[in-house]
Amino acid sequence: MLTKRIIPCLDVDKGRVVKGKKFTNIQDVADPVKLAQRYNKAGADELVFYDITASNEDRDIFIDVVEQVAAEIAIPFTVGGGIRTVEDIHSVLRAGADKVSINSAAVQQPDLIEEAAKKFGKQCIVLSIDAKQTNDGRWAVYIHGGRKQTALNAVDWAEQGEALGAGELVLNAINTDGEKNGYDLDLMHAVAQAVNIPIVASGGAGKMEHFSQVLQPTYADAALAASVFHYGEIPIPALKAYLATQGITVRPS
Amino acid sequence: MISIIDYGAGNIKSLQFALNKVGIDSQITTDETTIKKSDAIILPGVGAFQDAMHALDDQELTSFIKQEAARGKPLLGICLGMQLFYESSEEGGVTKGFGFLTGKVKKIPNNVKVPHMGWNNLIKHRNSALWKQMTDEAFVYFVHSYAATDVDTNTLVASTPYGINIPAIVQQNNIIGMQFHPEKSGATGLQLLANFKEMIT
Repeated sequence: MLTKRIIPCLDVDKGRVVKGKKFTNIQDVADPVKLAQRYNKAGADELVFYDITASNEDRDIFIDVVEQVAAEIAIPFTVGGGIRTVEDIHSVLRAGADKVSINSAAVQQPDLIEEAAKKFGKQCIVLSIDAKQTNDGRWAVYIHGGRKQTALNAVDWAEQGEALGAGELVLNAINTDGEKNGYDLDLMHAVAQAVNIPIVASGGAGKMEHFSQVLQPTYADAALAASVFHYGEIPIPALKAYLATQGITVRPS
Repeated sequence: MISIIDYGAGNIKSLQFALNKVGIDSQITTDETTIKKSDAIILPGVGAFQDAMHALDDQELTSFIKQEAARGKPLLGICLGMQLFYESSEEGGVTKGFGFLTGKVKKIPNNVKVPHMGWNNLIKHRNSALWKQMTDEAFVYFVHSYAATDVDTNTLVASTPYGINIPAIVQQNNIIGMQFHPEKSGATGLQLLANFKEMIT
């Protein structure tokens, strides 16, 4: 049976892992390669690396990190942040990444998803959506690290992304991100009803129960989190043991 | 030394890194002399079926690989690489494959999420040297939208349950296919590659 995935997310700035609360007040955490090795041993199912600055000079440092991670660990990982062109995608895939996550650039030029999916295969094109609930109960899509609201509705955009060729969705709820009060279950549910590709839930993990909630059949296929893993608040082996007791199929650590 | 056939733009570096870890020397190549001298050939799993067959045809490697296979050289196909061993695929319009194995590659039915992405378990169908030191609960990493169907059940070493039973490991003499990515399947995947190494040396 296909297992639900636990995915630590590492935000990388100038070759270091950092964790921001609501995308600001960034604090330094650790060496990305060492953290990746630690998570691999602990039983993480996948990893995500976000290049959070993505200025040109830092880009080369980041590509080096991607290559070192690929050399060290034998589990899949996704790379995101600052991906704007087919050439950007090519360079991270060549460095050893398995999937590429595209966010703002996909909103600005949806053709990028289509072109990249044709060239590299749907399976490596991840559409990452930052969504914030509006007063009317819908979710607006935000870009530029949550700083700029767009006219898009997250559920519609997810559907369109699937049609364009995205092989997976990462849904990051801005309202719940960094709050540790649980994932935005309504957002996951609304999108899961609309698409037939895997959904990775992001934003809001604080307790083990939050993972078991969001990994129920009608929500997400994978749960992404950062600080609860980086600071050792939730050890992955303990989380997986807990999820198994809750009837959620996971790969044993 | 193993030749990894370079027929696309995706991530083959990870495969080479994983082979290094289990002590297999490899070269990413399209050069016939190099391939001829190597102990085995790996067709890695990147891109789309039609593009891959066209790339192999353009590099005049299709008939060459068929000759090498006929001479008994071990061939390991990973993900798309395994699918290429079958008669045809419907991905991007019906395209002929190598035809080493009986069966057709078809889209995974839509009653489950497609692509099939993540860790799934291997169900053993028959003995193989590939099972050496493997645990009963072996999970490996899949990411694919198409799968082999109507296969010869004698070739089935392992399957994985995903709506239908998907052929996961197949073997017919010197032809071995893995639908998942052993290079991305942690310790289990590395063990499978180590077992492959023992089979070819």
